[in-house]
Formats: sequence, structure tokens, C-alpha cells
Amino acid sequence: MKSLFSSFYAWADERLGLEELVQFAKQKTVPVHSQSFWYYWGGLSLFFFLIQFATGVLLLLYYRPGPDAYDSVRQITYDTNFGWLVRSVHSWAANLMIVAIFVHMFSVFFMKAYRKPREFGWWSGVALLGMAMVFGFSGYLLPMDDLAYFATKVGMEIFSVVPMIGPKLADLVRGGPDVSEYTVHRFFALHVVVLPAVFLPILGFHLWLVQRHGNAVPPSEEAKPEAQRRSESFFPNFMMKDFAMWLVAFNVLSVLAFMFPWDLGPQADPLKPAPLGIHPEWYFMSQFQVLKIFGDLFPGTLGEILGIVVFTAGLLLWFLIPLYDNTQEAGRRARRATYFGLFTLIALIVTTIWAYLVL
Amino acid sequence: MSKVTDKNNPPSTGGVSRQTFLRVAVGSAGVVYAAGLAYPVYRYVASPVEKAAKESAVTEVTLKDAQKLAPGSALMFKFGSKPSLLIHHDDGTWTALTAVCTHLGCTVRYQEDKKRIHCACHGGVYDPKTGANVSGPPPKPLKRYEVKVTDAAVIVSRSQDRA
Ligand code: HEM
Ligand code: FES
Repeated sequence: MKSLFSSFYAWADERLGLEELVQFAKQKTVPVHSQSFWYYWGGLSLFFFLIQFATGVLLLLYYRPGPDAYDSVRQITYDTNFGWLVRSVHSWAANLMIVAIFVHMFSVFFMKAYRKPREFGWWSGVALLGMAMVFGFSGYLLPMDDLAYFATKVGMEIFSVVPMIGPKLADLVRGGPDVSEYTVHRFFALHVVVLPAVFLPILGFHLWLVQRHGNAVPPSEEAKPEAQRRSESFFPNFMMKDFAMWLVAFNVLSVLAFMFPWDLGPQADPLKPAPLGIHPEWYFMSQFQVLKIFGDLFPGTLGEILGIVVFTAGLLLWFLIPLYDNTQEAGRRARRATYFGLFTLIALIVTTIWAYLVL
Repeated sequence: MSKVTDKNNPPSTGGVSRQTFLRVAVGSAGVVYAAGLAYPVYRYVASPVEKAAKESAVTEVTLKDAQKLAPGSALMFKFGSKPSLLIHHDDGTWTALTAVCTHLGCTVRYQEDKKRIHCACHGGVYDPKTGANVSGPPPKPLKRYEVKVTDAAVIVSRSQDRA
């Protein structure tokens, strides 16, 4: 048994150079310090994406976009063996994936891991988060139950604040003046073809950069003399811990998906009034609330435009942080960046909670 | 076996070393997880197969008003999940058979003008009364069902000798 494996390994190694990979993995090290816990969150985001990929393909076996969409999801949920579970896992992992990416992004921010030479890692990471949110937004409509229908209707309002071309743009995205089976078809193409096709190469780029530059250490560690810093080998030590975290994530996901199966509401009906408390998914609630606040402060289009401008400016500042917080020293600029991160984190949490309170 | 002590693998009193125990524990946990994952995925993917199997377990189909079918003509119906053919011959007798060609599974058709069952895929021909394969590639006859005609319906059932 053992010799069979090792002779096969030798055969493959000769042709593929596997030993180089093993040596590379063995030499790669991961820093060990009090903040090491946060190093797992990128891997967790990846784990949830892999789950999304697998369960998404399974859903594709039975999902039918277009006028049949609701009925096909009803069949998946009630007439297909374990269909309710596959759907539940896809929906829960979608949310957990976005949680993991947010945690990952903020930990990277506070560790200042966006500084030279890791700028592209930061930019590709923010792009991945944006795409994950679009994944979620487009996926949410696909079952075409009443919540999906009205939440998408409300969500599309975001386009109406784009000056001049906004309404036209919204019509094009929806495939008409209203959310309809055309919208489902468009969102479907986006969700299962366009997004994966764009997401995967950027993910590959992101992971390649991580390999290239290794993990950044937080400034507090960086300040220590070399002799006091500790690290461990990636293979097998860190990888085992990574897998242990995946196992924890898998268990959490399984419990959630089993105990709280994802709901399917009644079929969307444009002639029926919207049910109470229509709102976007939680990860859009902050934007939703910011727009509302500005709308209340400055009635009319002025408020809408101000809201968008403030939001876009904040996002831009966030995205461009590697360009203006770029020195290695822990100077005043660096402290300001930390305050900016704290402010952003608190603002996101407060506006999200606020949004739920006033629903 | 030896007196060399390994601090990761201390000589144990029970006979099973710590390392073996760990290996078995991790291995079995892995098997449990793999099975717990594979089972629902398999059942999910196999869902339509199970449904078809359940459908084909039917033993009798009642075709309402089919007794009105004109002599010399035929109609298609589903026996479970299988396309099937009901023929009312000129002489007043009836035949029901599966319409799945025994060659490569195309759906056959009754040609009223030629009084034969024909498969368009590779030109197979069957006898409309017995289902016997007459010419072309089909290796076996088409399976026949029992037919009972009442004044309200035609009842087709799996023939007893084949059950
Ligand atoms: C490449 C991978 C993916 C494929 C092939 C895929 C495929 C699908 C399909 C076919 C559906 C419709 C079935 C249904 O509504 O239950 C769906 C729904 C959904 N998807 Fe995905 N998906 C993928 C990745 C993602 C990702 C990365 C996210 C989020 C971050 C996501 C979030 C959602 C959500 C929220 C739904 C609605 C679930 C529901 O309410 O039933 N998907 N997806
Ligand atoms: S499939 Fe009918 S003759 Fe070949």
C-alpha cells in the first residue's frame, strides 16, 4: 500500500515537480503573535466561497430562471431529496461568507497590511467584497418570492440617484420598468456566469499575492527586534490549524442550515401590496440608512445626492488608503488611519442597528 | 518491542498506543464527515432517478375515453414514465406496447398507412400486433401490455407472465 503510493508519488513528482511545492510550503512561515487569530479569516472567506461554488452548482441542477423560477425553487425546497438543505446551506454560507470577508478586511486594515508592497492585495480584496455583495444581491432575487421581489424593487432605487442616466440605467438592469422575469434572467446570468468568471481570476490574483508577500505583521510586532518575533511553518502547522478552523466553520454552517432552514415566502405578486418591513439584506442596511438620514436632513433630490456623494467619498477614501497611509513608521498619519478604521467600523455597526430599529 | 522511549509515543499499558488511537479517531471522524456529506448530496442528485423509479412501479393505467379511438389508428400515452403506444387495429382488436425502441431507445411510431411500427432513428420495424422485431437493427421485440376495453376507458396493465 505504502510503497504503491510512494512509487506513484515518485512517478508524478518526476513529471510535475511536486517536491518543489512541498519544499516551498515547508519553508513558508506564518508569524505567531497575539493577533494571529485574525490570519484565519481570509481562509474562512475562501472556505465559504468553495461551499457557494459547490452548492451553487447543485442548485443549478434544478433551478429554472424566468417565469418558472419560483416554482423551481418550490420544487427544490419541497419535492427534491435534501433540496431544502442545499438551498439552506447556499443561503447561510452566502451570509457567513460576507461576514468573514468583512472581518478579514477590518483585520487587514488594523494590521496595516495594505502598506507597501501589499497595495494590490488590498485593492483586489475590496473588489472581492464588492463582488460578494453583488453575488448576494443578484442571488437574493432568484427564488422570486415576495420578499425577494420587493427587496430587489427597493434596492434598485439606488440607481435612481445616479444623475441624469439613473432611471434609464435602472430600466436596463431590470429589463423593464419593473422587476419581472426578465430581471430574474439577467440576474441569473450575472450570478452564475459573469460574477464567477470575474471573481475567480481576481481571487487567484489575491491568493497569489498572499503567497508572494506572506502575512503582514501588525505595527506593534514590527516594532519588536527580530529576535523576539516568532513564526511557525505553514506546512503542516498552520495548514492544520487552518483546516481546524474550516472544520469549525463547517460545523457552525451545518447547525445553522439544519436548525434554521432558509424560508421560501409566497410567490411574488406585483398586484399584492408589499408585506411590512421590506428591507435589503443586512449588508446593505448601512447604505440604506445613510441614504435615509440624508434624505430626512435635506428633503428632495438634494438629500439623495448628498447621501450618495458622502458614501462614495467614504468608499473612495477606504479604497485608496494604501496611497496616503504609506509610511512604515508609526507616525501621526498612521494613527489617523487607525481612527478612520475605527470610525468606519463603528459607523457601519451603528447605522446598521439603527436601520433595523426604525424598520 | 524496544526500550527506546519516544515522548510522542510513550509505551502504553493498554496495548494501543496513543498515536494509533489518535489516527483511528481522526480517521473515523473523517469517514463520518465524508459520509454525512456524501449521503445528502447523492440523494439530492439522484432525486429524479428515484422519482422515475417510483413512477415506473405503476402496474396499471386507465386511459379515459380511449375506447373511442377509431379502428386503424393509434395514440401515445405514458405508462409510468415510459412512452407507450395503444393501437386499435382494423379488425377491432387492440394492442398496447412500450414505444421505446429496443435498439437505442428512440420513441417509435405507428404508421397507419403501412400498418407497421417504425423507428425513425435507424429504420427499425416492428409488427404492430405482436411487437416482434421484423427488420432493421432492433434486437428484441417491444414489450406488450394487457389491454382491457370497457365502455368508459381502455385499461392497460403489465402482463401477468412478466411480473
Ligand atoms: C459560483 C458560484 C455560484 C453559483 C453557481 C450559484 C448559483 C445559484 C443559484 C442557481 C441560485 C438559485 C437557487 C435558489 O434561489 O435557491 C442561487 C441563489 C442564491 N445565491 Fe448563489 N451561486 C454562486 C455563488 C454565490 C455567492 C458567492 C453568493 C454570496 C456571497 C451567493 C448568494 C446567493 C443567494 C443569497 C441566493 C438566494 C438563495 C435563496 O433565497 O434561495 N451565491 N445561487
Ligand atoms: S433506435 Fe430505433 S432503430 Fe435504432
